[in-house]
Amino acid sequence: MLSANLSAIFYLISGVLFILALRGLSSPETSRQGNYFGILGMIIAITVTFLSIGNFSTGFVVILIFLLIGGLIGAFIAYKIPMTAMPELVAGFHSLVGLAAVFVAISAFLNPDAFNLGSPGNIKLGSLIEMSIGAAVGAITFSGSIIAFLKLQGIMSGSPITFKGQHPLNAIILVLIVVNIYLLCTTQSSNLFWILLAISFLIGFLLIIPIGGADMPVVISMLNSYSGWAAAGIGFTLENTALIITGALVGSSGAILSYIMCKGMNRSFFNVILGGFGATDQTNSTQNKEQKPVKSGNADDAAFLMKNASSVIIVPGYGMAVAQAQHALREMVDTLKKNDIKVSYAIHPVAGRMPGHMNVLLAEANVPYDEVFELEEINNDFANADVAFVIGANDVTNPVAKTDPQSPIYGMPVLDVEKCKSVLFVKRSLSPGYAGIDNDLFYKENTLMLFADAKKMTEDITKNL
Amino acid sequence: MEIDPFIFRLSIFILSIFVGYYVVWSVTPSLHTPLMSVTNAISSVIIVGAIIAGLAGNSDSIFNTSSIFGFIAIALAAINIFGGFLVTQRMLAMYKKKKKDK
Repeated sequence: MLSANLSAIFYLISGVLFILALRGLSSPETSRQGNYFGILGMIIAITVTFLSIGNFSTGFVVILIFLLIGGLIGAFIAYKIPMTAMPELVAGFHSLVGLAAVFVAISAFLNPDAFNLGSPGNIKLGSLIEMSIGAAVGAITFSGSIIAFLKLQGIMSGSPITFKGQHPLNAIILVLIVVNIYLLCTTQSSNLFWILLAISFLIGFLLIIPIGGADMPVVISMLNSYSGWAAAGIGFTLENTALIITGALVGSSGAILSYIMCKGMNRSFFNVILGGFGATDQTNSTQNKEQKPVKSGNADDAAFLMKNASSVIIVPGYGMAVAQAQHALREMVDTLKKNDIKVSYAIHPVAGRMPGHMNVLLAEANVPYDEVFELEEINNDFANADVAFVIGANDVTNPVAKTDPQSPIYGMPVLDVEKCKSVLFVKRSLSPGYAGIDNDLFYKENTLMLFADAKKMTEDITKNL
Repeated sequence: MEIDPFIFRLSIFILSIFVGYYVVWSVTPSLHTPLMSVTNAISSVIIVGAIIAGLAGNSDSIFNTSSIFGFIAIALAAINIFGGFLVTQRMLAMYKKKKKDK
């Protein structure tokens, strides 16, 4: 049996290894090594836990069985999941972290002796506070992630679900949670504990339903953050350094990602969380602009334009993921490169449904990561490029964000696509994007609309090159 | 007067938030998706709590309400640990540099 001090040191080591795992992600070269650090940290933490309890009886075997079942399911999912389904996968995984936190809190509440927290009905006050916070945040993470998962998977409509009195209701529930935790800590009543869990599940659900599909990058990052805080809460209860460190890391990581995503849309965090974006403006903007002339072309025209270009910038968006067009796109680019045309990719921070979504899809299609650039890195190059090929993106290219202070997306950083000599816009129809506003780019002199499925159009262009 | 051990844990917590803050800002935006999947995996270190809960039953009764919750939590966390690390591995393996052919 390991002494408490020695195990604490090992937990600290695994916490440090987790820090190194995140540190590795500062560049693709070091990232793989970073992931091994993470795995090593996890192995240490689990082994130390077994050794410090020192109980290798039947219970140990049962645990190994559950560990193995979970592990097999996890490994199976990890190998089977298509890269386009990454946002759903991450949302699903968040819900599991949340639920695990809830379950650990429940068992600690039912059997505090096992955790050295006192006895049932007489749990140490500090532990009870930490436990109930961990459980509440865990429950919110769980139900919130389930809704995010259903929306991303398309089982539930991606459009915001709003009703009258939504915000006051949420506020009342949040106050109830705080009151409930207070009462729970003073009375130690197990009924209150169950009520706390129930209303936390409810609020997680209510918080996410009003948030629309394209705001999912913020939601996923936010839930990522919550799952960290839940873990940290439980870490305090268990007095476990590895869990506290990890919880803090994950919590701040998710918070930073949410911030980056909000900035990418020029919206405040509260604006996103309060939800309902796009639902209000959809009606007034589309009608009066229908009459403007639009130039549309076919794959042949597009191929002609690109063949005569010396540099092409590709702007992918969520539509590329939906059409699974990333491989077709890479083949098109290969053909372009054979003709000595310089090609680079421009990625907007909120392109796709989660942070870094486009980068993963391009990497999957074997696009070298040093051809892929972020908004700030590449935005000046549009003026010197011959062709911008917009595939599945819309709002992130809309020049209105720079020119019209009335527009709901005014101030949002956008890719300066219109500065290119010509713009090819692959899209199914002229319908407005998520923000519900018309894209001025469609009607520009130098824009050629290619109305088709992204994948099919890209393949046709390749044939014509 | 002695310092409550809680204060030490709080210090670790606060400092880790700062470490996390600086480390995560240095993560390249193109790796934000792997960042999310790996944070998923490591936050499942909550499995240590689940293991304690699972082993809490005495030899007469391995399965009581408390330990059953522990067992389920172990399986959930294990899905995340294996799924999270492996999918991260799979993603990171795809990030390649341009072949130097010039």
